Amino acid sequence: MDAGAEATPVKVSARDLDVFYGATQALHGITLDARANRVTALIGPSGCGKSTFLRSINRMNDLIAGMRRQGTILLDGRDIHDPDVDVVDLRRRVGMVFQRSNPFPKSIYENVAYGPRIHGVSDRTTLDEIVRTTLEQAALWDEVKDRLGASALSLSGGQQQRLCIARALAVEPEVLLMDEPASALDPLATARIEELIHELKERYTILIVTHNMQQAARVSDTTAYFYMGRLVEMGPTAQIFTNPSKQETEDYITGRFG
Amino acid sequence: MSSRIPGRPAGAWKGHAFVALCGAAAAIIVAMLAVILFDVVRSGWAGLGWQFLVSAPSEGMRGGGVGPAIFGTFALVLLMTIAVVPLGVLTAVYLFEYARPDSGFARAVNLAVSNLAGVPSIVFGLFGLGFFVRFVGGGIDRVFHGGELAWGKPSILWAALTLALLTLPVVIVTTGEALRAVPVAAREASFALGATKWQTISRVVLPQSLAGILTGAILAVSRGAGEVAPIMFTGAAYFLPKLPSRLTDQFMELGYHVYVLSTQSPDIEATKPILYSTVLVLLFLTFLLNATAIAIRARFRAALRPQDA
Repeated sequence: MDAGAEATPVKVSARDLDVFYGATQALHGITLDARANRVTALIGPSGCGKSTFLRSINRMNDLIAGMRRQGTILLDGRDIHDPDVDVVDLRRRVGMVFQRSNPFPKSIYENVAYGPRIHGVSDRTTLDEIVRTTLEQAALWDEVKDRLGASALSLSGGQQQRLCIARALAVEPEVLLMDEPASALDPLATARIEELIHELKERYTILIVTHNMQQAARVSDTTAYFYMGRLVEMGPTAQIFTNPSKQETEDYITGRFG
Repeated sequence: MSSRIPGRPAGAWKGHAFVALCGAAAAIIVAMLAVILFDVVRSGWAGLGWQFLVSAPSEGMRGGGVGPAIFGTFALVLLMTIAVVPLGVLTAVYLFEYARPDSGFARAVNLAVSNLAGVPSIVFGLFGLGFFVRFVGGGIDRVFHGGELAWGKPSILWAALTLALLTLPVVIVTTGEALRAVPVAAREASFALGATKWQTISRVVLPQSLAGILTGAILAVSRGAGEVAPIMFTGAAYFLPKLPSRLTDQFMELGYHVYVLSTQSPDIEATKPILYSTVLVLLFLTFLLNATAIAIRARFRAALRPQDA
């Protein structure tokens, strides 16, 4: 495992981020840095704001009526809420994998080609190439190469989730947001996803929300503990899990609460 | 020790009586449909044949068939579909995808749609006559034909547009249901890849709603194909020697033909066998359309359902 989480430049940086849904404040002044080519795990009990934070980074929360925000998030030092930042371009650079695999009811090929197509790629050879390389990256190619025309819904749960990862990778993002990507999978499929995360961080900055402490410990370099919409503590994963500086963090990771 | 609870529910007979009542109500409905079908098939079957389906009425409605009426019905609902499906689908997409549900305009459209569905069909007929035939058609004639009568009279175009208005709520409501049935997860997946709203609607939402939209279109057609009141002032004819070939032509239609045979015939008794056969054709056509709608829905549902690997 990589020793120093500090070695690479900061890719995603939240600055005093507050998020409100109507009158409810979901996030309180989150300030957090996620480094390039590192896996940052966001942990905490349900409703602690970790998913809200994740969805702030690609501005998916903008789709929710009544959402209000103060403070900001920087991507490569640039404010993602800047008026001249195109949200379409932001979401191309910041991909997302959801908790429940959500492939389109289209073929395996069309699922992966969807992103490149909406961004203007129409050349068949280029699309074929993108589909092949991203399915390889998602460790799914060998299982599906002979049936790319089959419905994505015919795949198993774990395969569907890897297809969703391939679909996200197909638009060549820089950051990958994963919202409990393995919570609906069996242990074997989970292990494959975790292995995959390990390979993907060579090329991407990854932020992952997880309820599974062991998973956070296994896949991440840095861990951030959220509680009641606040960032309680953040540090190298090894330190958070062996020697947290806050009592609350220790109570949570040792299972005394949460 | 004796229990204070008797162990037998009080008034158990009430439950049985209620079940019997519900069953009887359901049985009455089945029985009525059976009686109608039996009566129509028994009296109408004999007159049915290839000749009946293609030939025109003759001998003052006492002989011949319903060929022109079948042709007219198909032409009418085809034109109606061309008008109502795009209008209804676009309205539903606006209402359910773009408009804020609490905006004044969206409320107005919703109110209009639900009220439109409650308007008696004869009112649509009169509206069609006043608006399409007199106002729009008459206006076209005044402006483009120097007042000569071309568009300002009942025709298949105006009848189709009137029917389109009548069936518009069906298309809007079923399309709306189909749009709402598309999971949020599918939309989010698309947005998260950087798709615009338009791309998401056109490439994800509409394809997944296609079955519902088709079902709505077919239900509209089967509703429209049986309506008489909206077309009686706007374009349907008692009898025509030739088939309609232009939008401004009048036409014969099955439902209207039934009305004509049962009320306007010079010899009602002599027309009866033909009347029964005509009703049978009309019923069969409507059932066929409904069955098609059900079949399409079932097929698309099966295609969208996850299969086991």
